[in-house]
Amino acid sequence: MKYILLIYHNEKTWNAISDSDRQQIYGEYRKLRDQLRDSGQYVDGSQLQPTTTATSVRVRNADELVIDGPFAETHEQLGGYFLIDARNLDDAIAIATRIPSARMGTVEVRPLVE
Amino acid sequence: MPRVAETLERVFREEHGRIIATLIRLSHSFDIAEEALQEAFLSAAATWERDGMPRNAGAWLTTVAYRKLLDAIRHEKTKTDKLSQLEYEAERLQAQEEFAQSDDTLADPDDRLRLIFTCCHPALGREAQVALTLRTLGGLTTAEIARAFLLPEPTLAQRLVRAKSKIRLARIPYEVPPVESMVERLAAVQAVIYVIFKEGYSATAGDNLVRKDLSTEAIRLGRVLCELLPEPENFGLLALMLLQDSHRETRMNEHGELITLEEQDRSRWDRTEIEEGIRLIETSLPLGRVGNYQIQAAIAAVHAEARTAGETDWPQIVALYKELIRINSSPIVSLNHAAAVAMSEGLEKGLGLIEEVGTNRKLHDYYLFHAARADLLRRLNRSQEAIEAYTRALSLTTNCVERGYLRRRISEVTNNQKLKT
Repeated sequence: MKYILLIYHNEKTWNAISDSDRQQIYGEYRKLRDQLRDSGQYVDGSQLQPTTTATSVRVRNADELVIDGPFAETHEQLGGYFLIDARNLDDAIAIATRIPSARMGTVEVRPLVE
Repeated sequence: MPRVAETLERVFREEHGRIIATLIRLSHSFDIAEEALQEAFLSAAATWERDGMPRNAGAWLTTVAYRKLLDAIRHEKTKTDKLSQLEYEAERLQAQEEFAQSDDTLADPDDRLRLIFTCCHPALGREAQVALTLRTLGGLTTAEIARAFLLPEPTLAQRLVRAKSKIRLARIPYEVPPVESMVERLAAVQAVIYVIFKEGYSATAGDNLVRKDLSTEAIRLGRVLCELLPEPENFGLLALMLLQDSHRETRMNEHGELITLEEQDRSRWDRTEIEEGIRLIETSLPLGRVGNYQIQAAIAAVHAEARTAGETDWPQIVALYKELIRINSSPIVSLNHAAAVAMSEGLEKGLGLIEEVGTNRKLHDYYLFHAARADLLRRLNRSQEAIEAYTRALSLTTNCVERGYLRRRISEVTNNQKLKT
């Protein structure tokens, strides 16, 4: 069963991290991805560009509304995701706890409609 | 024949959790399992009335419910996939073979544990955990749970529907958690049972019976948990509930007014519950894995052992609170510790500790902090300060029983003050 792990963190805090610390975290992310690949649980994943690059689009009565910015202003922002294959929610949660950003931000676990 | 109805009711309560736990494992569905069991009970009501009670009512129900379950599963299959008639036939035969086996092979002793841990899964909110546990393990109806929690029935029904659909869609596993997460997961189960207990314990005179029955149900669930997982903390939880329940009848007078432990009529405490509670705690403490519930139960046991309030072994209670602070430090535990110190080492010393605890801002709006402080000021005959503290406490609680108690104290202290002047 597929789950998406949505990684939320505070962009300001993330930007304030020293370069060496950030490289270390990236290293952890690469390691996790490799481990998930080896166990056959990795489907897809990526870091996202910051919310300053986000555009929100709505169509109402055939009128397009294009707005600068993310869907909602929140304390923590969506910064990346993993798409994984897991046996059940407990397995998905176990993987979520291994995501480095879970230590600073929040990982939302959502099952995909299959 | 009222006997059949009564027996059915009893069997329903006793067997509901056990049977439904197996049905859920076999069907992978809370809904199909619930329906099958419901039908089996209806069928029992009709058949037993006519043919008399079967020798083993539980086994009878399991068998019939299982047959209904297979029907429902087949029905689902043919509904979703009309073409696979052959497959259906093959499955039907297989199902009959399975059915030919005895009920003992149907049920797995771990089924109820699977059910308990699934109902109390941390991915479900506490309210959903409580509702689901009462519905499945307790066999309470949606209407009964709603009445017990003073909620509109649609709210409660919605809560159950959401929880069950999350279990299905997010695939919360129907499993006993692995050893590495057992302590945490068990803590959630214990918390759910204790929440149910306290809800019933706080029921007042005017409340309906279902509400008070929650305590009895929580104690029953506590027993099931001890039977399935004989862990020291599970014994601690059961002991704590029994010891608190032993003075349920005396903690309020006939006007629904709160009676403090000190003022309760101890001759009316339930000795059977006290003896069992003490026995449980005496068996669990030496096992060495001491936890929150065991210490709280030990404190309750010390109170229970005192024949009069004056005979309470306060130094022992102080020592137990110190142990509780060591493993689970919280301002509320510190507050209780301070109150115990006041009774054992002197009111002034206790008050000093309370003021110290009060430097924690979290307690400023907590009514029990002001009530505990007021209580010591009253005992120290510092009437004016006591009245002020009781009044502050009064402004912080909306519970009418607690408000009644605080008002009674205020008028008591005010009258004493007048007498003196």
